[in-house]
Amino acid sequence: MEPILKARGLVKRYGKVTAIDQADFDLMPGEILAVIGDNGAGKSSMIKAVSGAVVPDAGKIWLEGREINFRSPIDAREAGIETVYQQLAMSPALSIADNMFMGRELRKPGVRGSLLRQLDKPAMQAFARQKLNDLGLSTIQNINQAVESLSGGQRQGVAVARAAAFGSKVVILDEPTAALGVKESRKVLELIQDVRARGIPIILISHNMPHVFEIADRIHVHRLGKRLCVIDPKDYTMSDAVAFMTGAIEAPKAA
Amino acid sequence: MSQTDNYESVVSSADSKIATFDESGKGFVGRFHDVLHKTPSMVPLIVLLASILIFGLALGSRFFSPFALTLILQQVQIVGVLAAAQTLIILTAGIDLSVGAIAVLCSVVMGKLTFDYGVPPALSVLLGLIAGTGIGGISGWLVSRLKLPPFIVTLGMWQIVLAVNYLLSANETIRAQDIEAEARFLQFLGVKFSVAGATFNLGVVLMIALVFILAYALRSTAWGRHVYAVGDDPEAAALSGVNVHRTFMSVYMLTGFICALAGWVMIGRFGSVSPSATTGVIGNIQAITAVVIGGVSLFGGRGSIVGAFFGALIVGVFELGLRMAGANPQWTFLLIGVLIIGAVAVDQWIRKVSA
Repeated sequence: MEPILKARGLVKRYGKVTAIDQADFDLMPGEILAVIGDNGAGKSSMIKAVSGAVVPDAGKIWLEGREINFRSPIDAREAGIETVYQQLAMSPALSIADNMFMGRELRKPGVRGSLLRQLDKPAMQAFARQKLNDLGLSTIQNINQAVESLSGGQRQGVAVARAAAFGSKVVILDEPTAALGVKESRKVLELIQDVRARGIPIILISHNMPHVFEIADRIHVHRLGKRLCVIDPKDYTMSDAVAFMTGAIEAPKAA
Repeated sequence: MSQTDNYESVVSSADSKIATFDESGKGFVGRFHDVLHKTPSMVPLIVLLASILIFGLALGSRFFSPFALTLILQQVQIVGVLAAAQTLIILTAGIDLSVGAIAVLCSVVMGKLTFDYGVPPALSVLLGLIAGTGIGGISGWLVSRLKLPPFIVTLGMWQIVLAVNYLLSANETIRAQDIEAEARFLQFLGVKFSVAGATFNLGVVLMIALVFILAYALRSTAWGRHVYAVGDDPEAAALSGVNVHRTFMSVYMLTGFICALAGWVMIGRFGSVSPSATTGVIGNIQAITAVVIGGVSLFGGRGSIVGAFFGALIVGVFELGLRMAGANPQWTFLLIGVLIIGAVAVDQWIRKVSA
């Protein structure tokens, strides 16, 4: 089977620091691929390279067999890749609805939309409310409240809801449950499985081994800027995985 | 997966109602804070109404007349238009020191083209507006592409534009009589009309229309949302799909265009084209003063064009009111200084969400 998203020989340096060192990457259609690795292993940098937030110094990326060259996150979004970044990428003073539709606002039908370019705020608010309810974020009282007045977990919930709602080819989640409570993390895991059920593959970066082993189809172990190995969670235990990513045990050769 | 992980399974039967809380405990200050957090332009509006009321009570019908109140509008029209331009830049977390200089240069371009090169006045005005847009575009490119701080870019641009203004005009004023005789269109925005004792001119109408159009664009269009997002956090805006470069360019070019409009307003107000008009030197500070008093945050992403308009009016009310009261003009500056510091203090308080 041909990977939906494939990268070969990615390199990214920040000055003298090498963040990605000849990294390879494969995402199969319809799967949940977990990416694990130590702090500083280059997981986030590699994910940013495939989501357009970082332009790699070398290497090639293919989406559905076609080579792509994202210059910005906007390019990646237009290609159907939606990402939740660790820093969440939200504008604190704007409302939840404004943030969810940032860069893809809905306009009113007719002349008010085409000539006056007026935004369809009721429609955007209704959509945002619906998506947050789907995620069980019922502690958010007002869809028009500024994002800065939300708790860290609620903000993360909004970011995840945004990605899940708009991703059409690939959804990338960088530590999506890091700031969430028990109930909200459970909902995020369910949401990830819902997204897969819609046939959209997911890249999940996480330090939470129980979550990774519960939902991932395959686990990509990242170490020192490159892919160390890819393992099947059914064949290995959590302590094996931790041992691979920290270098305590030699990694299996066949991936 | 071991059985102990099943503690999460009760989540499926969790309560799904939207949370509501009793807000009665917040008190008057708390609710007032909420209102201000949602509509920051309330503060300058309250100050404006209070100052009109105080001067009205102290000075009586001399101040509280349609004539005097519309005189304030006429006196603030140039600063009001410049403040609208300045607001756009400050919303993107920048500052523009060149607004007044661009206005003066564009008025000189309009006059010079008409009188020295025989260009029809309407075309000269158009070319003047294009010149302003172009200057704004250069500043925008330097800020957006070369990532230079807006303060530095516009500090340099202020000097450059002012120098070009003197070089181009040879510091010669085009007299009002000559413009009136040969190119009345340049003074078009000075055309006056009266409604029941209130006197307006087209410059005032332009200023008010500009405030309405910009308020609509900032509140109800995607472009407006992007301006706020870029001012709030440009990196987050870029990651969530905003074309940051295009937003910056549009803001700086629009600002240049509005400054050129202010140049046209100047010809209407003064009748003449004067390269040494004080607007070139203090227009920037006047505009920043109005914007800050109007509750627009210098850190970007917060505030409104209506607030800045109220800010300009507050300054106008103080100037006229204190002059009518026969006070030393220094009192005006002193009180405006107090207002600036007070406005920023209020802004800091509003930004504390958990007050």
